[in-house]
Amino acid sequence: MGAAISVRGLRVVRGGREVLHAIDLDIESGRVTGLLGPSGSGKTTLMRAVVGVQVVADGSVSVLGLDAGAPALRERVGYQTQAPSVYADLTVDENLQYFASVLGATLSRVTEVVGRVGLDGLERQLAASLSGGEHARLSLAAALLNQPSVLVLDEPTVGLDPMLRRDLWAFFHELAAGGTTLLVSSHVMDEADRCDDLVLLREGRVLISGTPEGLKQTTGTTDLDAAFLSLIDEVDGEGP
Amino acid sequence: MSLHRTRATAHRVLRQLRHDPRTIALLLAVPCVLQVLVRALFADRPSVFQSLGVPLLGLFPFVAMFIVTSITMLRERTSGTLERLMTTPLARGDLLVGYALAFALVAAAQATLVSALSFGLLGLDSGHRAVSVIALAIANAILGMSLGLFASAFARTEFQAVQFMPAFVLPQILLCGLIVPRDEMAEWLRVISAVMPLTYAYDALARLASPDELTAQFWVDVAIVVGVTIVALLLGAVTLRRRTP
Repeated sequence: MGAAISVRGLRVVRGGREVLHAIDLDIESGRVTGLLGPSGSGKTTLMRAVVGVQVVADGSVSVLGLDAGAPALRERVGYQTQAPSVYADLTVDENLQYFASVLGATLSRVTEVVGRVGLDGLERQLAASLSGGEHARLSLAAALLNQPSVLVLDEPTVGLDPMLRRDLWAFFHELAAGGTTLLVSSHVMDEADRCDDLVLLREGRVLISGTPEGLKQTTGTTDLDAAFLSLIDEVDGEGP
Repeated sequence: MSLHRTRATAHRVLRQLRHDPRTIALLLAVPCVLQVLVRALFADRPSVFQSLGVPLLGLFPFVAMFIVTSITMLRERTSGTLERLMTTPLARGDLLVGYALAFALVAAAQATLVSALSFGLLGLDSGHRAVSVIALAIANAILGMSLGLFASAFARTEFQAVQFMPAFVLPQILLCGLIVPRDEMAEWLRVISAVMPLTYAYDALARLASPDELTAQFWVDVAIVVGVTIVALLLGAVTLRRRTP
């Protein structure tokens, strides 16, 4: 399939501190790639670089063959930030109608994405009155409006109940089957098994990347938690 | 820039306001109440009310839009909506002009209401220039909006944004000539007031309030107000960055 996102030698400095150290990474197109790592490992910074809103110190990020943030990409890349970046003082419908106009999506897409993320019946509710999970789904819905080729989702399932999480992951795979490339971050290891590919980030470096099965084989473990622990031990030089 | 996205932004800002009826009520009622107070204060001296009333009509929207815009823009920055918009095809000009259109409409409603009250019930003499006063009030509102937009870039919290009102606006009101005529000020105060945009906004309104024919100086004042608005909007555009650290 080839890489939809290519990162080469990416370095990012925030607040005088280097938070990403020369990252090299390829994200395959049409797959769900999980970006995992503890909080503070640089996941959000890396995602911001991919959508082109992060000032980078060095290196390159290309998305669909263009420089990240290029004007031509703005209609083809969807981004859900960690904070539900919607207008608290607008209703669900009003939020989506505005983002649809901005993205050049049709208004009929609004109804579609509302159903897609299971917010039917809440169209006239103010975003401020939604629960945390509903808020997150509204934010996801806004990122889906223009049917982007690349979808960058920062912790989309945080705080959601298990059923909803399962449904969302199924939906992510459905999108990938339709050709969308998804980069999804999480700090919960039990979501790793749901991804086609994994990238483990730790302290601003890529610890390892590959398929969940491949990682288990490499480390000779049966679950991903153990696989990651053994990798971290190896890096830190405290391994058995 | 796109007309479609600019209009959508103006529509969105107005919808946000519509969900906040208390703010709308305050925006409309507070200037009316203040104007009634000024009228009562100078009940025995109608000439003073005549010289204060018209400039105040034009200054209320300036102050109100400065505050409303700096807070709305700060929210846009802190809630992440600005970051989301920066990943979309929305141009910075769409956002700024969208805001300007929405607040111009609010300012028009505000200025029309206070003008109707002042010229109708409070006995202020419009000298057949009511429409010009309202037009200038709208121009001042957009000036306040563009300065508020620019100021919001320097505020990290809503507390700071609110403090920018006294910091940016009060000195201009003190020195614009409303309280003490400019030619009675100490030289250094006059120099400071000469670089403040509100001085020209006040001067234009004061000229409308007087029965004299409008001179070229009136149009110079208007040109300065419009010019500063454009410069402040451009500076505001510079503070809206797609990439942030």
